Amino acid sequence: MNEDNNRRLIMTEEDLRRTLHRMAHQIWEKSKAEDLALVGILNRGVTLAQRIKAIIEPLSGKEIPVGILDTGLYRDDIGMTTIAQPVRSTEIPFDVEGKDIVLVDDVIYTGRTVRAALNALMDLGRPSRVQLLTLIDRGHRELPIQPNYIGHEIKTYAKERVLVFLREEDETEGVFIEQSGE
Amino acid sequence: MRVWRRKDCLGLRDVSRDEIELVLDTARTMKEIQSRTIKKVPTLRGKVAVLLFYEPSTRTRTSFELSATRLSADVVNIETATSSVVKGETLVDTAHNLRVMGTDVIILRHSITGAPHHLAEHIELPVINAGDGTNEHPTQALLDMFTIREHKGTLDGLVVTIVGDVLHGRVAHSNMWGLLTMGAKVRFCGPPTLVNPQMKDMGVEIYHDLDAAIEGADVINMLRIQKERMTRNFFPSIKEYSRIYGLTMERLKRAKPGVLVMHPGPINRNVEIMSDVADSDSSVILEQVTNGIAVRMALLYLLVSGEKESSKKLDETPPLFEEING
Amino acid sequence: MKTLIQNARVLDPASRTDQVMNVLLDGDRIAAFAPGLSDPEAVCVDATGLWLFPGLIDIHVHLREPGFEGKETIYTGTRAAAAGGVTAVCCMANTNPPIDNKTGVEFIQERVAKTGCVRVYPIGTVTKGMEGKELAPLGEMIEAGAVGFSDDGRGVMDTQVMRRILEYSTIFGTPIISHEEDHSMTENCHMNEGQMSVKLGMIGMPREAETIIIARDLILAGKTGAHIHFAHVSTKESVDLIRFYKNKGVKATAETAPHYLLLTEEAVEGFNTNAKMNPPLRTREDQDALVEGILDGTIDCIATDHAPHSVYDKDQEFPLAPFGIVGLETLLPLLLNQIQEKLKLDVLSLLSLVTNKPARVMRLPGGVLAPGAPADLVVWNPDPKWTIEKSRFYSKSRNTPFDGWPVQGKVHATYVAGKPVYPFT
Repeated sequence: MNEDNNRRLIMTEEDLRRTLHRMAHQIWEKSKAEDLALVGILNRGVTLAQRIKAIIEPLSGKEIPVGILDTGLYRDDIGMTTIAQPVRSTEIPFDVEGKDIVLVDDVIYTGRTVRAALNALMDLGRPSRVQLLTLIDRGHRELPIQPNYIGHEIKTYAKERVLVFLREEDETEGVFIEQSGE
Repeated sequence: MRVWRRKDCLGLRDVSRDEIELVLDTARTMKEIQSRTIKKVPTLRGKVAVLLFYEPSTRTRTSFELSATRLSADVVNIETATSSVVKGETLVDTAHNLRVMGTDVIILRHSITGAPHHLAEHIELPVINAGDGTNEHPTQALLDMFTIREHKGTLDGLVVTIVGDVLHGRVAHSNMWGLLTMGAKVRFCGPPTLVNPQMKDMGVEIYHDLDAAIEGADVINMLRIQKERMTRNFFPSIKEYSRIYGLTMERLKRAKPGVLVMHPGPINRNVEIMSDVADSDSSVILEQVTNGIAVRMALLYLLVSGEKESSKKLDETPPLFEEING
Repeated sequence: MKTLIQNARVLDPASRTDQVMNVLLDGDRIAAFAPGLSDPEAVCVDATGLWLFPGLIDIHVHLREPGFEGKETIYTGTRAAAAGGVTAVCCMANTNPPIDNKTGVEFIQERVAKTGCVRVYPIGTVTKGMEGKELAPLGEMIEAGAVGFSDDGRGVMDTQVMRRILEYSTIFGTPIISHEEDHSMTENCHMNEGQMSVKLGMIGMPREAETIIIARDLILAGKTGAHIHFAHVSTKESVDLIRFYKNKGVKATAETAPHYLLLTEEAVEGFNTNAKMNPPLRTREDQDALVEGILDGTIDCIATDHAPHSVYDKDQEFPLAPFGIVGLETLLPLLLNQIQEKLKLDVLSLLSLVTNKPARVMRLPGGVLAPGAPADLVVWNPDPKWTIEKSRFYSKSRNTPFDGWPVQGKVHATYVAGKPVYPFT
């Protein structure tokens, strides 16, 4: 398939596993167990947060709450896209007040989604600290935002797309770079 | 992916199942916001919503106002007491004035049937119908459907009985179109003077006997009876109407267990609905009010957050004067 | 002055003539017609390949003057007529002020003499001020030239008043034209009561509002012996009633309009104000009944109910827009195309519905080709295919639902009283 020719593998399933383990341990080392909570940004961020939770929980011996965040209503490009983007529900099953929160997303690019996520999170209360984890940092930041935990840094062109596939949602697993058709 | 491509929300007659589901799903997200301490998101910051009401309605206006405010839009309220036929500035001219003042969406309630449709054809802005004459009141029906779906999980196959002035009832009309599209069975019940037999052709069942209409119903939606109708011989007296078409606890027993009792409000206690029914566990009347905000937020979001260019472009402004031949 | 129109296919419905001939006009009259006819003094006009038939007579037209000159005037309305092959119109009295006395009729006559280009026969009101209360002076209006009477636009609601009108009219034998509408059933209504009104959320006008008054007026006409003419008949039940009473010998005549034959309430979809008329567009069954009524003679003729309204008037919220559409310039093309498809009649019978038959209903001269008859005629080119374009209308108004309809055949020339009035010079 033409599509396959345009796709380049960046991280294998095994790379992903090791990277997530590393980041989970880093988080655990730097956090206060009682207050730690993960918030995944829809879609892949939520799956990644669930995986990190599964790694940390045996270490902490207690449940790490995971929240789901949709940034749709906080986007800064409202009125610039042709149609209204569908929004999904934010579900934070814990009180964010005083929590040590790690925001989890799959790819950081311009930083605008994280900006929206931070605002969305702040509207829900006042966490004691917010850190940011991203699996991939592909550069091209447009806002002064830098993740605390980065899985893999890669150089990309703006026209390229970074695709993260996770077994929970996709047929395959791995990270790819795709040449955009145009 | 389900998306909203319409410029306006004028009615539910030609709205698809996908579109209705999109609104209801979006409304679920909006409802979550209402449970927060800070009941506000910045989504429509800098946008201006105008509530243009040619007919008084505290409830609908407040609901729209709160919806827009919670999305951080600025709201302008225009309530004109003038009756529909008073000559003056036309609706379209008024709306164009509002447009050039920077309005992003017009929410229109009008006593004239089809007024929002007329406006929508003549202006690039999204128009939301907040009730037009005897035609439709789409946001009320959407919030009714949202409430039913929250309780019953689906609308498919449910029996929904709508009781009252179906002839003039825009809530009834919008519910009819929406519910039929969503696969519910719709029953209309009321005196023959207020239920048009042609409704049957649209796929609803017509009842004049309330007990029969309630039998096996999953939802009973009681419409507010307008006392003005009495003077036009639609029924002889409120007392008689209430006796024949008022919903009592006794009658409610004929419905399915877990029946929902709804009312678009404001209710006439002990007229179309007995006080104890309105306050009973079956009643979801106040939930409807809460959900109204979520549904209206959803619609505002879907209509306003898309780019203007997606709006139906008017081919061209019609010339003020047309040339006469010859 | 003499004019010789040569080699035209001459169609005269009254005598059922259909033959290629030459027609000689002498002054304002037809002198003779025959194959190979010649006259050394005549100006010759070649009409090879063209049809020639009597000028159309439209007995239901609103010229709007006096009072509503923004919609139409006698000047623009008669030009529209000429362009449409209509050489005589009856103009309705619901102007402002209404034509309810001799002065009013004289005013029309004067304006027609000054600005008109086809024949105009005034209709007077039946009641003073069209108020439905007091009988208007029919006698003096007839003396001034009125050919019939009607409160068209507003029905006479009081049965006793209607009875008196009909009784009184028998002195003159002049037709009384009924605007058959029971207003108590149509107040604040803007379209037919039916499926479409349910879809658009409007309270409709029940068909019975028309048929009840038709029944009443037929009964009264039977009692009084008056000539009742029913304007714009639109329902099946109306046709049935008129047929029944006509068979009983009641002096009743009836017209319907092209839009009732060609459109149904479906045309109102989208709150289309160019499909808003009174009586409202009905259903398919009504169309079929009207066709049957025309075929069996229950309905005598077709008239347009030409009701001009300005763009501004019609471009309003549906309930605020006025009733009515223009019709003078679409009558003939629709008749020989879409209406022909509906009625499946031969050309002579079709033309009869807009020529000699309406003339007979209103007792007007014209509508026939005969030596000595008025030289009012149409030369028709049957070939060109074109689409109706409202922007090309000569009428002051554009309110038509037929914009964009494809038709074949075009008015080539219109003669009134022996003079070419169309094409305009």
